Amino acid sequence: MTEGNQAISEDLPPKAPLAEGGQITDHRDGRDVVLRLRGIRTQFGEKVIHDNLDFDVFRGEIVGLVGGSGTGKSVLLRTIIGLNQAREGSIEMLGVDTSSLHGKTKREMLARTGVQFQDGALFSSLTVTENIIVPIREHAELEDETMREIAALKVALVGLPPDTGDKKPSELSGGMRKRASLARALALDPELLFLDEPTAGLDPIGASHYDELVKGLCRNLGLTVLMVTHDLDSLNAICDRIAVLLDKRVVVGTMAELLEYDHPWVREYFHGPRGRAARQEQK
Amino acid sequence: MAEAEPTIRYTERAGKPVVEVGGTWTVFSVRGIREKAGKALQAAGAGSPGQRTVDATGLDRLDTAGALEILELAGGGPDAEVQTKNEAQAALFKIVRENMCDAHPDRRVNWLAHWLEEIGRGTIDFYKQIINLCAFFGEILIVVVEAILQPKRFRPSAVVRQMYEVWIRALVIVGVLCFLIGVVIAYQGVQQLRQFGAETFTVEAVGIGMFRELGPLLTAIIVAGRSGSAFTAQIGTMQVNQEVDAMRTIGLNPVEWLVLPRITALLIAMPLLAFWGDMAGLLGGAVACTVYLDFTFVQFFERLRDTVGAWHFYTGMIKAPVFGIVIAVIGCFEGLRVSGSAESVGQLTTKSVVESIFCVIVLDAVFSIIFLLAGV
Repeated sequence: MTEGNQAISEDLPPKAPLAEGGQITDHRDGRDVVLRLRGIRTQFGEKVIHDNLDFDVFRGEIVGLVGGSGTGKSVLLRTIIGLNQAREGSIEMLGVDTSSLHGKTKREMLARTGVQFQDGALFSSLTVTENIIVPIREHAELEDETMREIAALKVALVGLPPDTGDKKPSELSGGMRKRASLARALALDPELLFLDEPTAGLDPIGASHYDELVKGLCRNLGLTVLMVTHDLDSLNAICDRIAVLLDKRVVVGTMAELLEYDHPWVREYFHGPRGRAARQEQK
Repeated sequence: MAEAEPTIRYTERAGKPVVEVGGTWTVFSVRGIREKAGKALQAAGAGSPGQRTVDATGLDRLDTAGALEILELAGGGPDAEVQTKNEAQAALFKIVRENMCDAHPDRRVNWLAHWLEEIGRGTIDFYKQIINLCAFFGEILIVVVEAILQPKRFRPSAVVRQMYEVWIRALVIVGVLCFLIGVVIAYQGVQQLRQFGAETFTVEAVGIGMFRELGPLLTAIIVAGRSGSAFTAQIGTMQVNQEVDAMRTIGLNPVEWLVLPRITALLIAMPLLAFWGDMAGLLGGAVACTVYLDFTFVQFFERLRDTVGAWHFYTGMIKAPVFGIVIAVIGCFEGLRVSGSAESVGQLTTKSVVESIFCVIVLDAVFSIIFLLAGV
């Protein structure tokens, strides 16, 4: 461990240049780019969080976003979903430049994306069913009964018992709130789903079920998922590629590529005892 | 979203009824589809709504909401049959079929039953509330006794900080409002008493009115709205963040750390504020009298000295600290009752203000009776 820390201060060996979109090697394979970040710079006051950051996500894949504390994972996620304004750079989502979105086009874009916040962020005054109905009512005008049926379907889809729908968020456990929040994020069958630490605070069984759930939904509903996570098991089990925030930029690769990648933080992260244990389990 | 319409066509194949669906079936396009489907099928003479074969090979786009509607069309249930060629769509139908369930209908209750339920619930809550409040007051008394034995436990720094919030920062608003009330009473007094040629009694009206009732009462109502609500919101937010639980696990008694400094601060601040309010009210009365009565300031205060006894002032000053304790206890009590959600912080803050003002006015009435019996 101490070795790794020292290495940061030393001159690093020159790295191979990254492929387009911060990739170690190109994995596009002719797929659509659903999320394209170019030259993103975010800063708070004088403190620069990201600088000249490029990042691509392709259709149908699950990408995990990792990084040390304070490297700005949440800031990047907030920037992508529009809760935080980047100083420079462009974000293209589902083929549309997000800065060009206003009014109606923006609403349409919001309907095509879903976000699950870390602690659920369910509206505390509404029941779970009503929480799921909120985005449907806002974006698609359907009959009440249909909306309730869709909500019941989503509740079942995320693996919650049917009676959960009538409960208030405060009556649910942390894991159930996460699932309910996922159900709300899925309400409109978004093409692009953002998850913020979806398995943090879940027990290992719950977490692996959740992983399976996300993977299954991704395959069956054709979702593209970007998840901030520190769960090495999830990274191994369901992520097609992993994006690492390093030195204010993103380096994206498969697990195999990142294991070979020469950077002290990456080495420590993936070759540390937890990383090894997680990989062992997968084999 | 600009969407292609979903289409439904009814045909027969080899003597069997088949429903062909096509176009776009997504959450944005399926509005009113059930009615439409019902009409289309009726027009085609497909009477029985039971199981039908649905041919979905012509589907363009599909999502879970669309799949749900198509499966409903096929009769719902686990063996609803949908033919599709597209693999992804077949998977979607499968996953939706596995998870389909009837939505719980909204629970509807007769209004009378609902009304009775509300009254019953309210009554029980009221009794529970009184018992809990008494228990909380007892808890506070224990901590107070402990603190008297070990005066350091009053935590002077926290008390001073609270006093800055509840006293210094309230001076302006209390002063301005009491001044205005003083002006209003004096003006009304002059108008009414002039009819009997007794307008000089305006001075007594202002003096006795402010000292006995309006000074302490008005101050208490302002403090309840300002500080009582702040206590509830502060402690309630800490409760939501589990800070109060954390304090308990560390071995800090929330009553000692959160409640006692607030009660002590308000106990000291209320008489000071009431006195300040009295003075502002008198000043307002004096200003009004100089305008409407051609009194000078000196004449006003001389008459006040000669006619308004000191006990009028003392009664107000006796009430003020009691009001302060009541407001602080209710504010902290409601704050500690917050559980879980942000919504409950709001509800209980409202409740805390209403309850404090209610209790202050009831207590004021009780004090009037006591002072009447005591002859002061």
